[in-house]
Amino acid sequence: MLYGTVTSDGTGVQGVKITATNDSGFSGEATTDAKGAWEIKTPKSGTYTVTLDEATLPDGVALTAESGNTRTVNALLGKVRIQFPTGEGTGGGASKAEQAVQLTVDGLLLGLILALAALGVSLIYGTTGLTNFAHGELVTLGALSTYFYSAVLHLPLVISAVLALISCGILGALQDKVLWKQLRRRGTGLIAMLVVSIGLGIFIRYLFLFFFGGATQQFPEFSGQEGLELGPLAITPKAIIGAIAAIIAILASIYWLLKTRMGKASRAVADNPALASASGIDVERVINVVWILGATLAALSGILVGLTSGVSWNMGQQILLLIFAAVTVGGLGTAFGALLGSIIVGLLIQLSTLVIPPELKSVGALFILIIILLVRPQGLLGRRERIG
Amino acid sequence: MPAETTAGTRKEAAVAALSTVAHTPGSKKPDPIVVVDGMVRRFGGLTAVNVDHVEIQRGAITALIGPNGAGKTTFFNLLTGFDQPDEGDWSLNGTSLKGVAPHKVARMGMVRTFQLTKALSKLTVMDNMRLGATGQSGESFWRAALPFFWSAQEKKNTERSMELLTRFKLDAKKDDFAGEMSGGQRKLLEMARALMVGPEMVMLDEPMAGVNPALTQSLLGHIKDLREQGMTVLFVEHDMDMVRDISDWVIVMGQGQVIAEGPPDTVMADQAVIDAYLGSHHDQALTESGEAFTADQPEEQA
Amino acid sequence: MDWNTIISQTITQAVGVLAVIYCLAAVGLNVHFGYTGLLNFGQSGFLAVAAYGLAVTVANIGLSFWAGIVVGIIAAILLALLLGVPTLRLRADYLAIVTIAAAEIIRLIVRSVTFREWFGGSDGITRFADSFYALNPFSGPLALGPLKFSQNDLWVVTVGWSLVALTSLLVWSLMRSPWGRVLRGIREDEDAVRSLGKNVYAYKMQSLILGGVIGALGGFVSAIAFQSVQPDTFSTDFTFFAYTILILGGAARIFGPIVGTMIFWALLVFIGEFLSEAVSAGVITFITSTQVGQIRFMLVGLGLMMLMIFRPQGIFGDRKELALDAR
Ligand SMILES: Nc1ncnc2c1ncn2[C@@H]1O[C@H](COP(=O)(O)OP(=O)(O)O)[C@@H](O)[C@H]1O
Ligand SMILES: [Mg+2]
Repeated sequence: MLYGTVTSDGTGVQGVKITATNDSGFSGEATTDAKGAWEIKTPKSGTYTVTLDEATLPDGVALTAESGNTRTVNALLGKVRIQFPTGEGTGGGASKAEQAVQLTVDGLLLGLILALAALGVSLIYGTTGLTNFAHGELVTLGALSTYFYSAVLHLPLVISAVLALISCGILGALQDKVLWKQLRRRGTGLIAMLVVSIGLGIFIRYLFLFFFGGATQQFPEFSGQEGLELGPLAITPKAIIGAIAAIIAILASIYWLLKTRMGKASRAVADNPALASASGIDVERVINVVWILGATLAALSGILVGLTSGVSWNMGQQILLLIFAAVTVGGLGTAFGALLGSIIVGLLIQLSTLVIPPELKSVGALFILIIILLVRPQGLLGRRERIG
Repeated sequence: MPAETTAGTRKEAAVAALSTVAHTPGSKKPDPIVVVDGMVRRFGGLTAVNVDHVEIQRGAITALIGPNGAGKTTFFNLLTGFDQPDEGDWSLNGTSLKGVAPHKVARMGMVRTFQLTKALSKLTVMDNMRLGATGQSGESFWRAALPFFWSAQEKKNTERSMELLTRFKLDAKKDDFAGEMSGGQRKLLEMARALMVGPEMVMLDEPMAGVNPALTQSLLGHIKDLREQGMTVLFVEHDMDMVRDISDWVIVMGQGQVIAEGPPDTVMADQAVIDAYLGSHHDQALTESGEAFTADQPEEQA
Repeated sequence: MDWNTIISQTITQAVGVLAVIYCLAAVGLNVHFGYTGLLNFGQSGFLAVAAYGLAVTVANIGLSFWAGIVVGIIAAILLALLLGVPTLRLRADYLAIVTIAAAEIIRLIVRSVTFREWFGGSDGITRFADSFYALNPFSGPLALGPLKFSQNDLWVVTVGWSLVALTSLLVWSLMRSPWGRVLRGIREDEDAVRSLGKNVYAYKMQSLILGGVIGALGGFVSAIAFQSVQPDTFSTDFTFFAYTILILGGAARIFGPIVGTMIFWALLVFIGEFLSEAVSAGVITFITSTQVGQIRFMLVGLGLMMLMIFRPQGIFGDRKELALDAR
């Protein structure tokens, strides 16, 4: 089966005609639905030529110059996904300066989304030493549970989101209690825990796929929201509201870290668990709270990703590397480093598209990660480890 | 190093050589093996090491003492290249060690042990020892696959390891995993392994911590032995009786600086030293004395 | 239910082409992770550069097959150097993150439209190994009881398992030497090894290159067996599966990767075939045939977790070594 989604600026394009043919005379045709999705059933494996009829694209939407409208694919193994990247229509392009403004705003938004998840990764790493490769699945869980409450139980999106945050917080605490706490008690090594988190990540991801399916879904509300034009800027109201929610959550976390007893305790645990425990801090309780916070923040991050680019079973995995890049750039285990790193990575990814093709923007960011580690191995705000 | 001199003579020689040295921080030694100048290491706002000038006498046992958090381990790390100072220079046998990688420092003859024992758990005791030998041709990738290149040398190293293990009374354990031994035995192994490198100077960071009293006596004996074999020893220790027992010279650190120097008895009567130790109990901020809980707890109760 | 197909598939695939590819990747990882303690999560990157090195050299530059092999190996060595220089001085978890990132960078670049002329985008490159098959000494397919290979697969599998045997022998002879002792020492505590005058950085680099080149052989096998390279073959999940195999068979054991591979593939194929058969025969009705694949992945994830928690020394490892970790 061949399938794909034709989108423009994140929303599906309806009514685009796609055909597929092969050497032995097969010919199939499909038209994209309201979400831009299409699929063509193919009788057997082999090489197919897939063509998008550019005349059926709506005004203002065109395939990117590099993309072209035909693809030759090898449908050997089951499903093959085919992409036709679209760009701005033939209408006048924005100037570099205008693009830069737009990309800066996009970059900051991405940075905020990454920061929510990165903060959790960093706090958990700081307090327990765990490099959590299953954190992306917490992000996905946030979006999936919001989707569940809103699309399946038909609750309003805002209420669904709040319910999702609460349930993810609870599940975070549970995950810590059932799994990680036990491993800490057994004295499992840090690398072993890291590998366990990889296994857990794979398991949860395919569990999501099992129940949710492979398609990208939109939340029932606000999915095709009109963008606002603010001077050269185009931004959707949902993105603005999402950014505000993210900023509030981040500020609240900072307040928690700096001003509350529990937050201070968490920093003490990160600094020196043995000393913290000796001075009467209940380390396990602190860690559990950190997990609740981390899971809730990750869930919010997932909801925001879902709002802008839809919900899918592996959405968290797709941004996990960027989250790690952010945390590493800032310095593993330092909360403020994670925030700083996220904003840097977010801006870098978006602004790099001024000079490199958008499809390679993550490559640029990951490359910078390696460069920064070369110059400053402990990350921007990190501390060097002790010897002896 | 040949050990043809009878026991005790090296001690007398060391004490005699140091008898003319002034009892002031940074005093000149007649035959220094290590010379440190203006060494500073800061961690954020905290200056962990700030040593103006210090010299270590060749062939003597020098004790480095000071309250927890005084900067002794950091000083060791800096001397041996495991950490880099923000400022300063230091030399071994007149050769500057500034910017020299730790493995090169070891090959130049300055070998250290660690406060938290680093026995290689899943290697046998014998493999731990053999790993210490230098100049092994079998450690080159290109020759490793063909035993013909290295088996003779391996046999010699095994014999030498066996001698040392016997001397440290670990010979019966040679085929055990190092991780199976008690904390005290691991300290012994770490010291024996360091000797496999054939060092000129041995630096021991709290060799006695966590070692049971029955073993400490033999450890002390081994340390004195090193001097008799012509090696220079610098060691960190908290137990003043032991310091008095084996050291020829004592250097006291407090808050990163060298605050006193001299023979054991003189130093221990020094008011500055007493203040440093007492002061450490009530003046230190919580985070600084953190070290006390993690590092200085006996790591092995059994 | 067709038990013959299930059993035949299980046995064939336990030693089949995919098994060979994963086994070579795992032998390389064993050098990295098992013996040296390097947390390389970018093993798929080594396979990718080798496979693409071969494909590009033959299909796009027009040089010979053997030139392609040389280019692939050089590419793997260069990748090891590129990865090693910034990361081998860092803590283990940094290496993990950077190697994953590097493997992703490689995958994203070879699948990009920008470099499609070179690497063929998401379609990859096909047909470049004819001269390998021209050497095929077998004159027909193999059908040895349940074990069934086509003529070409038989040739690939024969060469593949010979490579596994050769590399395992090499690793065995290296690891019992003083060189191997240094690597094992580094795995336990690199500062201790440094304090004994060993250039830890150089040893780690040698280990990274050796394991990477062994992984690269797996990349060649994958490219040759399918006469095609495609970017998404070399995803991070590939590396994670190779880790599962290694831990299943037992890290730091010569036969670990081999035993692990056979058990892993036998189980995976058996479960997959069994469920598919059961679904199509109507015995199981609550899942669809696409969901069978997903269940297999869930089991891999769960298996990796459980192994790491309950038997980190592998299913055949002894408890003694395990006890040392807890100290
Ligand atoms: N890597 C590090 N980062 C931050 N502070 C450190 C580090 N290493 C040591 N310190 C601090 O430097 C001071 C000296 O420590 P150390 O050299 O271990 O003392 P000692 O060995 O004399 O007990 C202590 O206050 C300790 O907390
Ligand atoms: Mg110390």
